[in-house]
Amino acid sequence: MHVDSTERKWVILSFLMAFAMIGILAAYAINYNIRPPSNVETIDSTALQLTEEFAEDSLGLKKAEDGSLVVTMVAMRYGFYPQDMKVPANTPITFRIASADVLHGVHTAGTNMNTMVVPGYVSQLTTTFPKPGKYPMFCNEYCGLGHDFMWSRLIVVPKEEFKFGEDS
Amino acid sequence: MDAQAGRLPLANIWIAFITFLLAAFMGLYQVSERSGLFPRIEFVELYYRSVSSHGVIMGFVLTTFFIMGFGYWIARSTLKIPLWGGNALGWLSFLVSLGGTAAAAAMLFTGHASVMYTFYPPLKANPVFYIGATLLVVGSWIWCLQMVMTMNAWKKANPGAPVPLAMYAMTANAILWFITSLGVASEVLFQLIPWSLGLIDTIDVGLARTLFSWTLHAIVYFWLIPAYIAFYTLVPKAAGGKLFSDEFSRISILMLLVFSVPIGMHHLYVDPMQAAGWKFVHMLGTFMVAIPTLITGFTVIASLEVSGRLRGGKGLFGWIKALNWDDPMVLAGGFALLMLTIGGWGGLVNASYSMDTAVHNTQWITGHFHLIFAGTTVIMYFAIAYYIWPAMTGRPLFSQRLARFQLWLWFIGMLVLTLPWHILGLLGQPRRIGAPAYSQEFVEPWIPYEMAMVLGGAILALSAVLLIVNLLFSHLKRRSTQRPRMEYAEALHPTLKLPALLNGFGFWVIVIAAYMVASYGYPILQFFLMDTHGSFPWSI
Repeated sequence: MHVDSTERKWVILSFLMAFAMIGILAAYAINYNIRPPSNVETIDSTALQLTEEFAEDSLGLKKAEDGSLVVTMVAMRYGFYPQDMKVPANTPITFRIASADVLHGVHTAGTNMNTMVVPGYVSQLTTTFPKPGKYPMFCNEYCGLGHDFMWSRLIVVPKEEFKFGEDS
Repeated sequence: MDAQAGRLPLANIWIAFITFLLAAFMGLYQVSERSGLFPRIEFVELYYRSVSSHGVIMGFVLTTFFIMGFGYWIARSTLKIPLWGGNALGWLSFLVSLGGTAAAAAMLFTGHASVMYTFYPPLKANPVFYIGATLLVVGSWIWCLQMVMTMNAWKKANPGAPVPLAMYAMTANAILWFITSLGVASEVLFQLIPWSLGLIDTIDVGLARTLFSWTLHAIVYFWLIPAYIAFYTLVPKAAGGKLFSDEFSRISILMLLVFSVPIGMHHLYVDPMQAAGWKFVHMLGTFMVAIPTLITGFTVIASLEVSGRLRGGKGLFGWIKALNWDDPMVLAGGFALLMLTIGGWGGLVNASYSMDTAVHNTQWITGHFHLIFAGTTVIMYFAIAYYIWPAMTGRPLFSQRLARFQLWLWFIGMLVLTLPWHILGLLGQPRRIGAPAYSQEFVEPWIPYEMAMVLGGAILALSAVLLIVNLLFSHLKRRSTQRPRMEYAEALHPTLKLPALLNGFGFWVIVIAAYMVASYGYPILQFFLMDTHGSFPWSI
């Protein structure tokens, strides 16, 4: 088999580039715990109102027992509930989201808060919003004819101005 | 080769291009609708009908029929033996696929299947749509069998001889398609069809998405490999040179075959029902699959350099100028490489385990795959058609000049369409939305890019018309006195003998099976071990 020497160098370089990219991503995943949302937790999407966590009254921002902030949300044609929310900047926030009907997705535009919401499963992710401001949360997966009307607002307020209970 | 040999490939390719023309105009309607600039054409129901039809036609119909046609043509023109099962079996495959396509199209066009080409349960389409789509795939399985068996028959008659590269790669593609279509076939046969007929009440959407992801990545390579075949065997020939390396072309094809199927879960990076570890495993393969593409880039550019120097090009870049860019195949090859490079860079972001969350399901993704598929891949389909038309029909091409103009339009139109889409994605615009119904403050920054995309869509639709005009008018030309021959590039160093591993697929199929079990075994099995809750059907 004939292998040209420049070609051999290029092939080696190609392998090195692929390994370098994998290495960088692996280092970030391990050192900074940057992973895609993947909690593999099932739920009965037809009976969300019967659960303690996703019943209508308990949605929104809550303080968990360990003091961390948790947002519970329901995605339902054609909106996210609660519809308007305030969260503090520079604070880790865990989102827990369930669908009450079909497939949805939620993306807070301009941030890495982005997850699919699959009926039968709970989506969970933790992120921090560094920049205060008004953000749209778009449904980013086709869910029916009202898909492009499905969105809500997220207001990120500076950490020192945020008062839990009044703002949330 | 007999004069009839072109009929089966021609029939397939014409179905591909007629449906393509229709879908190109749907694309123009969609960009106009979603831009919000033309309130009179905003009909949300029609929009999603169009998006679903455009996706199914471009992704399943154009590709499958074109590849089947090109495959039959390669088998006949490289091996010069009759097809296994004869032309009759080929026509059966054609009719099954066509029947399925017609049934699915009837449902799509009447708004009974506006569920996207990705099916998206628990949205439910009319069962006829799922059955039609299945028949299209089943028809293509007959073609897969014919490709593999015809190659085997040739190998038996020519023991030890290297299978011609074009046929070797096309057979790899048939095997790739068969393996990768098993995922979506399982979803449709065991979940969607019985559920849409009411035979079962609920299906697990997590499982359905996992099965679809099995198909969703490698299908892209099924579409792309014919373009690579043209890169290796037709572009160097048209440029008047030789293929730089036959062996490395085979190695690239084999790497694509092995690495492209077991990595589909990068489409599920932000799906909740798969664990992070499995996503990481699939990311590893996703980056490995970049390697054969990098090697292909080298092989093609090196082959072009050989041609350019043979034409008297001197210096570091002089050979580029010396190339015959007025040949449609060379021109398309250049455009395709450029678009592959830009699209490939974007792809690194989506392929990244962590960066993907910034762009997942935004218009960035639509921009990415339009560059790679509609750009790189489909522009090579055009060039292949221009190249093989004279040999298939026995008549010269209607106009080389029109062909060049059409390719230029497609290239420019694709950039005008997709570069703004990447920016819109970074601005947060979701994909698959109609005219934005969001608060004005979020939508305003999008407007200039939306204008550009409408212009891009219009240029592309015009280009699609010119393709059809050129091919159609070629049939009216007077027959050439001497039937034009179908020629493929020879390798710079002719391959006289090859290791069996580079001349067959048996071993590689076993490798893929083992890799598939390792990467998809547990992610699929888990749905049968967990206590899951299925979904009832929902209408759109």
